[in-house]
Amino acid sequence: MRPENYQAINQPPSNEFELNFGPNHPGIEGNYAFRVRLNGDVVTAAKADAGYLHRGFEKLMEGRLWIQNIALVPRICVPDPVPMEVCYSLAIEELCGLEVPERAQWIRVMQLEMSRLAAHLFAFGGHAATTGMYTPSFWGVADRDLILDRFEELTGGRVYSIYNIPGGVRREVPEGFLGRMSNLLDYLESRLPDYDNLFFTNQVFIRRARDVGTMTQEQALKWGVTGPPLRATGLEFDVRRDDPYLVYDQIDFDIPTEPGGDALSRNLVRRSELQQSIRILRQVIVRLPALKGPVRCPIPNPLAWNVPAGESYARVESSKGELGYYVVSTGGDKPYRVHVRGPSSMHAVQVLEKLAIGARLEDVAQIMFSLDACPPEVDR
Amino acid sequence: MSADIPYKYKGSILNPLKNLGFFARKPVTEPLQPRDASANYRGFHVNDWEQCIGCSTCQKVCDNAAITMVRIPGLPEDPVMGVRNERPAIDYGRCCWCGLCVDICPTSSLSLSREYVHICREDELDSYFILPDPNGMHGEYFPKGWAKTEDADLVDLDLQPMHELDPVTRIDSFDEIVEGFTAQNAIVEASRCVQCGMCHDSCPANMHAPEYIRHIWEGNVEEAVRQIYRTNPFAHVCGRVCTRRCEAACSVGRRGDPVAIRWLKRYAMDAVSDERIREIAAEGKVDYISGKMVAVIGAGPAGLTAAYDLVMKGHEVTVFEALDKPGGMTRYGIPEYRMPYDRLDADVEVITSVGVNIRYHTRIGKDITMADLERDHDAVVIAIGLQQGRSTRIPGSDHPQVQSAVSLLRKVTLNEAFEIPRNAVVIGGGNVAMDIARSLARRQKAAYGKVHLTVAALEDFDHFLADADEIRESREEGIELLDSRGPKQCMIDAEGQLTGLVTLGVESIFDDDGRFAPRYDAMDEQLHGADMVIEAIGQMTDVSLFGDDLTERLEWNRGRLQADENGRTSESWLWSAGDMVNGPDVIHAVADGHRVAASIEEYLA
Repeated sequence: MRPENYQAINQPPSNEFELNFGPNHPGIEGNYAFRVRLNGDVVTAAKADAGYLHRGFEKLMEGRLWIQNIALVPRICVPDPVPMEVCYSLAIEELCGLEVPERAQWIRVMQLEMSRLAAHLFAFGGHAATTGMYTPSFWGVADRDLILDRFEELTGGRVYSIYNIPGGVRREVPEGFLGRMSNLLDYLESRLPDYDNLFFTNQVFIRRARDVGTMTQEQALKWGVTGPPLRATGLEFDVRRDDPYLVYDQIDFDIPTEPGGDALSRNLVRRSELQQSIRILRQVIVRLPALKGPVRCPIPNPLAWNVPAGESYARVESSKGELGYYVVSTGGDKPYRVHVRGPSSMHAVQVLEKLAIGARLEDVAQIMFSLDACPPEVDR
Repeated sequence: MSADIPYKYKGSILNPLKNLGFFARKPVTEPLQPRDASANYRGFHVNDWEQCIGCSTCQKVCDNAAITMVRIPGLPEDPVMGVRNERPAIDYGRCCWCGLCVDICPTSSLSLSREYVHICREDELDSYFILPDPNGMHGEYFPKGWAKTEDADLVDLDLQPMHELDPVTRIDSFDEIVEGFTAQNAIVEASRCVQCGMCHDSCPANMHAPEYIRHIWEGNVEEAVRQIYRTNPFAHVCGRVCTRRCEAACSVGRRGDPVAIRWLKRYAMDAVSDERIREIAAEGKVDYISGKMVAVIGAGPAGLTAAYDLVMKGHEVTVFEALDKPGGMTRYGIPEYRMPYDRLDADVEVITSVGVNIRYHTRIGKDITMADLERDHDAVVIAIGLQQGRSTRIPGSDHPQVQSAVSLLRKVTLNEAFEIPRNAVVIGGGNVAMDIARSLARRQKAAYGKVHLTVAALEDFDHFLADADEIRESREEGIELLDSRGPKQCMIDAEGQLTGLVTLGVESIFDDDGRFAPRYDAMDEQLHGADMVIEAIGQMTDVSLFGDDLTERLEWNRGRLQADENGRTSESWLWSAGDMVNGPDVIHAVADGHRVAASIEEYLA
């Protein structure tokens, strides 16, 4: 907790008390913290605190060469790093007018969807743990590991793939990779009914999560909510379809929505997106072998690379919501300014603070996990 | 679309029974054994020390400053070849295994292995700082993981195109062949540089090439010129005809085309006005007069460089030149299509503009004696170059139609009249042979409308001495090149007219001890008809200017003037510099000029 949050506040009435929730709490993600004021076990006020999480990503980027930042950006979101790399690259490609080969665009889509699958598996396991169900989190993490195996094979790294650079991707897809990917998808698809039985149709979960942390569509739009939490309020909005990047306009997929706006709906949207990501990946596996050619367009020597002056905003749909990179170049070999629009900074601060009010203390962690906020993304 | 999950149905008491199916499934068991990393894995570094040249490019790209270059005594170090005895050491407390060092490695010596487990005890906490070698992190072999591939290569291996006059056009005139980079080409070419500094180390004058290349890339050509003038007042000349040791040492050239450092220098010099260059060159000149007088004999690159340096230090310098124009061999030895005279004049004007005084038409030994110079000056530099052509001394080589390449090149430059041969043979295979052949080809084209020239070289084409560009361009211009031909005899008919040259096939050039002793195949004899034979087999110094007395006093080494590493001869007031010391090369002459000037400066102080 930051010192400014330690100071004593006016003595609360005797029926109210304050509680520091996190950072060392199993119901809190990362080293995030939450200060709640309780009346009984009902939250009457809440204050989010990103704690000592600030690693200064945006400032660090200003001191590094354009290419060096590709090793930095994935660290902004550990469970879902690929959209960071792709989005940063897209912003630079727009500034430089680089034409990414189509093959590389399909490879990027493949990684993005692999990353979404991995992140959603992580997220539902996390949510289950906050309701006292630990088996789903073991299953989710174990199955995510199989995706990480494929990441390792494709990119050389399990968690931080650092595989995308401006202009395309760094390596050709290994031989036989798509076959193994296809086998993995078969396996994951066969697991979906298990997940449903265990978790998504489990009355324990449904009754715990229904009507918890409910927001209306109007509230969601006003608060800047994107991604699965927005779609869980019934709005069919997805950057992949509404502002297509890469080759998403050539891909057939549905945008799952739920009307409830509560923690249950948000999880059910993610559950349906698992299905959709598998569907997209199958299309990539069919399409990719037919595309020949390079996986990267030539870029200048990275040690002497001036990106033309200008500014660009690139956005992608990450597993958390709309992720944007606003990049300003003054024509130098380093960015002048990079701003990361992380969806979690809305979800984990203003939305969570509002949704927590009126909720019971035991549901605060559930609300947070249902929003799938990524703490490092909050404070960049 | 709404999710199709039956969560709205009420649960059933029988639901848990679905999970009985798990009894029939095989349990998932992960065996406890070392796990093989994938073929592409980014584990610990391995570095092939045989390939690594210590260029430190990996260090520059590392985003975590995890790489430190460590000097390793005992490893080969050769600035001329572009090899340093430094190798990267990795701090694994900082490394993030991004592999950018691998992708940018100019030699592709660096790669990441599939080794990824490292445990250190508390008492060896610094064991994560390691110097990768081919054996990997723990000295045990692990297969390579992330290694250089064509897709991932971040080094730009391809040279920017350089436009040249086409052979049909250029043979009609002495116009400069190479057009020079456009601003766009120059910036792209400059961006290929990885700033390793191998060029700086290999350059005889240690030119600050990485710095001026960087400034060209930044678009700041004036600053580039300033960097060039730190070490080289013959910048226009070296931007055109330098032997470019730098490019031979360039680390980008290990796998691709080296950065065109020479053309970049030329671009920077051409992009700045002559007036501005003079201002830049005069920066740093001392604001006092030392009162010391220095004489320089020969207005070539070595002499004028020494003069420039000494004038910048406040000394009064007079350069004595026998001919009517400055430049020495760069003017009288290099044809105009390679080295336009106006650019050479621009270089010399910079040097005279800082205060160097040149006296033309003054031949030492004839107009002024060495004794006069010794009497009137505090120091004397002799930099007279190699003005006399060597002779093959084959039978008939004393015929008037057998000429030396240097004297003929001088005639071409001076526009002196001589009878242009209809059919000539050049003996020699170096750049001078190409220069005279191509100059004569232009004269033949103008006089007779066709080219009829043969160059007969001792070396075979694999070991040809002339630059590859010269060979290609000579052929394009219609000159016949013959390899492995040794001269035997010049044929002279009964009326005393030269009719041609007889050559023999070469069996070997050097004997077992590596000495020059060509052996010929007597059976392989050819006659090349010619009305002129030109000898281009090397040059030597004309030392007659010293006079008997001084020649006696000076120390000699096999016909060459003996001098220490600073160019100082056995006479305390006399220094020697340039081609007469080092053999023919502009950049060596410039380096020599600096060395001699520094030595004189020390002596005069």
